[in-house]
Amino acid sequence: MATLKELSKRDELLSGGHRLCAGCGIPPIVRLVLRSANGPVVATTATGCLEVGTSIYPYTAWRIPWIHSAFENAAATISGVESAYKAFKKRGKIPEGKDIKFVAFGGDGGTYDIGLQALSGALERGHNFLYVCYDNGAYMNTGIQRSSATPYGANTTTSPAGEVIPGKQEWRKDLTRIVIAHNVPYAAQASPSNWADLSKKAEKALNTKGPTFLNVMSACPLGWYTKPEESIKLSKLSVDTCYWPLYEVEDGILKITYRPKEKKPLEEWLKPQGRFKHLFKPENRHILDKFQARVDIEWQRLLDLDGKRV
Amino acid sequence: MAITMTKGQTGLTGNAAIAVAMKQINPDVCAAYPITPSTTVIEDFSSYVADGKVTTELITVESEHSAMSACIGASAAGARVMTATSAQGLALMWEMLYIASGMRLPIILTNVNRALSAPINIHCDHSDSMGARDSGWIQIYSETVQEGYDNLIQAVRIAEDERVLLPAMVCLDGFITSHAIENIALLEDEDVKKFVGEYRAQNSLLDTDKPSTYGAMTLPDVYINFKHQQSQAIARAKEVVIEVGKEFGKKFGRTYALFDAYRLEDAEAAIVILNSAAGTTKVAVDELRKQGKLVGALRPRLFRPFPFKEIADALSHVKAIAVLDRADSMSGFGGPVFNEVRSALYDADKRPKVMSRIYGLGGRDYKVKDALGVFNELQKVLETGKVETLQKYITI
Ligand SMILES: Cc1ncc(C[n+]2csc(CCOP(=O)(O)OP(=O)(O)O)c2C)c(N)n1
Ligand code: SF4
Ligand SMILES: [Mg+2]
Repeated sequence: MATLKELSKRDELLSGGHRLCAGCGIPPIVRLVLRSANGPVVATTATGCLEVGTSIYPYTAWRIPWIHSAFENAAATISGVESAYKAFKKRGKIPEGKDIKFVAFGGDGGTYDIGLQALSGALERGHNFLYVCYDNGAYMNTGIQRSSATPYGANTTTSPAGEVIPGKQEWRKDLTRIVIAHNVPYAAQASPSNWADLSKKAEKALNTKGPTFLNVMSACPLGWYTKPEESIKLSKLSVDTCYWPLYEVEDGILKITYRPKEKKPLEEWLKPQGRFKHLFKPENRHILDKFQARVDIEWQRLLDLDGKRV
Repeated sequence: MAITMTKGQTGLTGNAAIAVAMKQINPDVCAAYPITPSTTVIEDFSSYVADGKVTTELITVESEHSAMSACIGASAAGARVMTATSAQGLALMWEMLYIASGMRLPIILTNVNRALSAPINIHCDHSDSMGARDSGWIQIYSETVQEGYDNLIQAVRIAEDERVLLPAMVCLDGFITSHAIENIALLEDEDVKKFVGEYRAQNSLLDTDKPSTYGAMTLPDVYINFKHQQSQAIARAKEVVIEVGKEFGKKFGRTYALFDAYRLEDAEAAIVILNSAAGTTKVAVDELRKQGKLVGALRPRLFRPFPFKEIADALSHVKAIAVLDRADSMSGFGGPVFNEVRSALYDADKRPKVMSRIYGLGGRDYKVKDALGVFNELQKVLETGKVETLQKYITI
């Protein structure tokens, strides 16, 4: 695995000057993944903040070949690119020894929701690519609407904390598990706060033949109502509270890659975020309790599975 | 299901002939999803892949939306790309059709025309491709199996021409053409290979030394300029269609033009009609000609871009015209071909009377007697100088 020193010497493939918000969790994720590729890489991005923020014509932040085509089809688009590569290889049109890696980036909306079918199809077909979902827990680009990745209880513009209904009523979809059910050779959950873990996982995924997947926690100061400078700290809290456990499934074996020394109360992650403010009213205590109980169950489930074939 | 009949000819269904053309073209990538009546194109092609007759990467996607998305990814990577679909499949691709043309990717699609739901119906009409008529794709319509085969081969050259660089759709009638066996002349594999040549994309996503960004976001300062360029490109396609049709004729003896005019030179009444129903119409024309009636037919081959000037020139001497549409625009003002033809004739010195007749939706038969009925109505227009019924459904 590349050391921090080695990683720092590699080219920055997503340039500065893009238009993502200050404190946005997406750029550090993309940069680390692309650095981990350590070689020619081609990427696609689903419609969303990453796409809009990096490609306003005539500028581009991408120093690699990159394509955006629509919202729900990053996995299908990369399937086409990768198939063209295979066809050209077969026909001797790619120089011997040249090995290109393919990466699709999508937000939680573009992956958990509208792009789930395309993702499932591409995973099943076994294309050689890495899919990276940056999960900021809502449709941020269109103004913070709830997605199936939005945490329970969160206030979004389509699950507002109202007089009667206190925010999102549904539990987050466990996409990583859905991906694992496709029996892909490698899938993992990661967070940019634990950069070495993320980089290692990206490296593993990119060097695995076949479809691989990373679900990465991505802070969004705008949609979470948080301070830009706290994004990485909050990502870390999502991990240390076990809301966002770091684990991987390699060839069917599940492994927890990071165990917090002390599992923090969920409230430590929720409290600084404006989107959960209403949960701290006394009458909503039961929501917090329910949320904590569910996180505990999910974490226990992972602990039980650690080291086992899933 | 090749049945050799006449010497040098092969009995093939429309879909089988399309699949043979695809085999001879041997595209880099094919991404497709099954839907009646286009399914057997992809079934046949899958056998060619499985038997090593082609070296194409076949992507058996999970939907038509993904089919077109994968075609876009592959084409942006510099590949020659093909797919086939019908009706709901084309409708599901709709979002991506605009993206393919907006990105100027010369993807080739065979659309086996079928009615759109609801009610669900698997039989022929043109509501599917007409729904995509403003999507920026070149649309070429085919009367016969032979023409479908020939059109597909020409479409590659047209779409990839540097003056054009746009996706192209070849349309043929579901079941009527796709599943009927006709005797056709196939070209030699080598000849097809030479005719289509090798595709060299100007840019490719796989050129990692020269990274390019595809599908950038544009704001009001430039969006319209991109669309302007695209509009100019599709207008240029017309001359390319003519050139390629001529070259095809020179090499293989079957010349193609923007449209097919049948006994039109001295006609006073004419039917304008797309695809297979033109054959039925021609039979009616012949019958009436025998009776000394000055009738003719015009079958547009290129519908997008619409050769408005050429079609207007060919029709301006005709006094009464019925445009028969196998699709309804649901505008309360006739079918889509009617609207184009009528508008094209607006600048004619002496405007012909033009009426709309909608026929054959969902596979309803269009028979010689139906064509004769329309000519009968046109005869009345000639006599009275008046159109009694501007628009109506026939074959109901
Ligand atoms: C078919 C379609 N439906 C809706 C949209 C509008 N849209 C664009 S981006 C977006 C939300 C993206 O959310 P996510 O994938 O979570 O990415 P983020 O904005 O959070 O980066 C939506 C709803 C679209 N572009 N295409
Ligand atoms: S809205 Fe959120 S996700 Fe989008 S650029 Fe800003 S911080 Fe990043
Ligand atoms: Mg999001």
